[in-house]
Amino acid sequence: MALSGISRVRRQLPTSPWLFAAPGLLVTGAFVLYPFVSTLVNSFTDRRTLIPGRFVGLANFRELLHDDMFWTGLRNSTLYVLGVVPLLVVLPLLLALLVQKNIPGITFFRSAFYTPVVASIVVVGLIWVWLLDDRGLVNAVLETVGVGRVGFLSDQWLLLMSAMAVTVWKGLGYYMIIYLAALGNVPRELHEAAAVDGAGAVRRFLSVTVPAVRSTMVLVGALSSVAAFKVFSEVYLLAGPSGGPAGEDTTLVMLVQRTGTGLTGRVGYASALSVVVFAVTVALMLLVLRADRKEDS
Amino acid sequence: MSVLEKTRAPEEPAVAREPRVTDEHGRRIRVWELVLRYALLLAVLALTIGPFLWQLSTSLKGPTEDIYSSPPTFLPGDPTLHNYERVADTIPVWDYALNSLKVATANVVTNCVGSALAGYALARLRYRGRRVATLAFILAMLVPVEGIIIAQFTTMRELGLNNTLIGVVLPGCIGAMNVLLMRNAFLNLPYEIEEAAFVDGANVWQRFLRIALPSVKGTLAVVAIFAFMGAWDDFLWPLIVLSDPSKFTLTIGLNYLHGTFANDERLVAAGTIIAVAPLIALFACLQRYFFRGVGEGAVKG
Repeated sequence: MALSGISRVRRQLPTSPWLFAAPGLLVTGAFVLYPFVSTLVNSFTDRRTLIPGRFVGLANFRELLHDDMFWTGLRNSTLYVLGVVPLLVVLPLLLALLVQKNIPGITFFRSAFYTPVVASIVVVGLIWVWLLDDRGLVNAVLETVGVGRVGFLSDQWLLLMSAMAVTVWKGLGYYMIIYLAALGNVPRELHEAAAVDGAGAVRRFLSVTVPAVRSTMVLVGALSSVAAFKVFSEVYLLAGPSGGPAGEDTTLVMLVQRTGTGLTGRVGYASALSVVVFAVTVALMLLVLRADRKEDS
Repeated sequence: MSVLEKTRAPEEPAVAREPRVTDEHGRRIRVWELVLRYALLLAVLALTIGPFLWQLSTSLKGPTEDIYSSPPTFLPGDPTLHNYERVADTIPVWDYALNSLKVATANVVTNCVGSALAGYALARLRYRGRRVATLAFILAMLVPVEGIIIAQFTTMRELGLNNTLIGVVLPGCIGAMNVLLMRNAFLNLPYEIEEAAFVDGANVWQRFLRIALPSVKGTLAVVAIFAFMGAWDDFLWPLIVLSDPSKFTLTIGLNYLHGTFANDERLVAAGTIIAVAPLIALFACLQRYFFRGVGEGAVKG
């Protein structure tokens, strides 16, 4: 037979490949790629939810520069990246080292540490709202040991830090599993050689483990920084829909949600805000990847 | 995820004089190190599971019990399910749970069917435009959802589907990442089996259903679990698309409960336990696939 199987199939059922791919392409096109393009287009218009927009050029972006709330959102989202990412790169690695050895009961601990990942962010947020409440568990403990009560959910900066703590708490288990897979590939001989050379545990961690899992650290850094910049739920739940005292805890995505939704939503302006979210997200990815390449050379 | 599968390695039988615990390479772990490890493990355990238990404890405390006491009381003095009845009187929590279940089930079905079909087309079928189609899914995977929700919202309005459960499911009903996961799974299958079936006269549907699909059951399970969890846990999109309280999913209902009855902590606690219990049960039964999904999902980044 001169024809290979593959080309026979094509002759036999010329339409079937497109039939197979059609549902996926349709959904992706209609609800991801089209909205992406329409976000870019809308950012140059004054479109509102109920009013079709006119082309306004760069007016939305000029307005951004003078919008205090935009700068607040950009500041908070940036602070979020700076606060959360170092913790999410380092702590899960230490945790992975802790659960790596196969001692009895370790599978239970691994699963338990992963549980916060499984829970909805709303559940997690509300659990922590109650824990950090003025009369909640954390303050009851602080008062019992004599520190006194702390207004975690009333002070602008404490609120932001509390939200960061919740993000880290929920993310630990996820990144722990990623590191665990990477640690399995570290050759044991390296550790043994270092131990023979008299290197202590800390020294071995820094000069054997860290270099061996460096590419995974970069991956975790990229994933967590993009996620941190887009933070919405944690702050929304802890600080409330209006973003804490005088809206000072508003993040960029909260501002997008507040500006662009509902019947009076300013779709054009919210789209311009979204474009900033895209731009920073892409920039963060490139930054992390470039940092990786520099270390390579 | 070889590390996780190694966990069930047989433990060394205990020697009479002192218990021997060994690591994965069969070397003994010193006692002080073991004690230190367990102490740290228990400390982290308290930190990760403690908040859930505190929430459970609060939800079981009766109306007369002081939940604000200092020092705190960890166990309910007189455990009662009263708060679970009250939460159902305050918001239609079981209707919300049903809505969440509908959304999550639909999301599982559409993602499994849609991504298996599209993944097969990308991996196995030769046709014009396959590279363009693959590129479309890769681009779609890179688009941050938070950046396009406003446009998704206006799209739903144009389709007349805002404020419906279909509108909640639709944007994520065939995730681009799932399509690419399935594509990779199909690419890893040896082609010879399918060729043999082809020679035997099986057409493309038969080869897909009888040969290729049964071989990628593991990846399909990962897609199903993450589709269920994603839909059940999602917050931002349903918050935007749903405005009618009778259509709320559980997460949106909880947010509403918290916003309206914020000072009734027992009620909110009961609501959160209702929302989280099914997923913890699912996780307890299917851990392997949850962990595998993390590995496969992370590689895409």
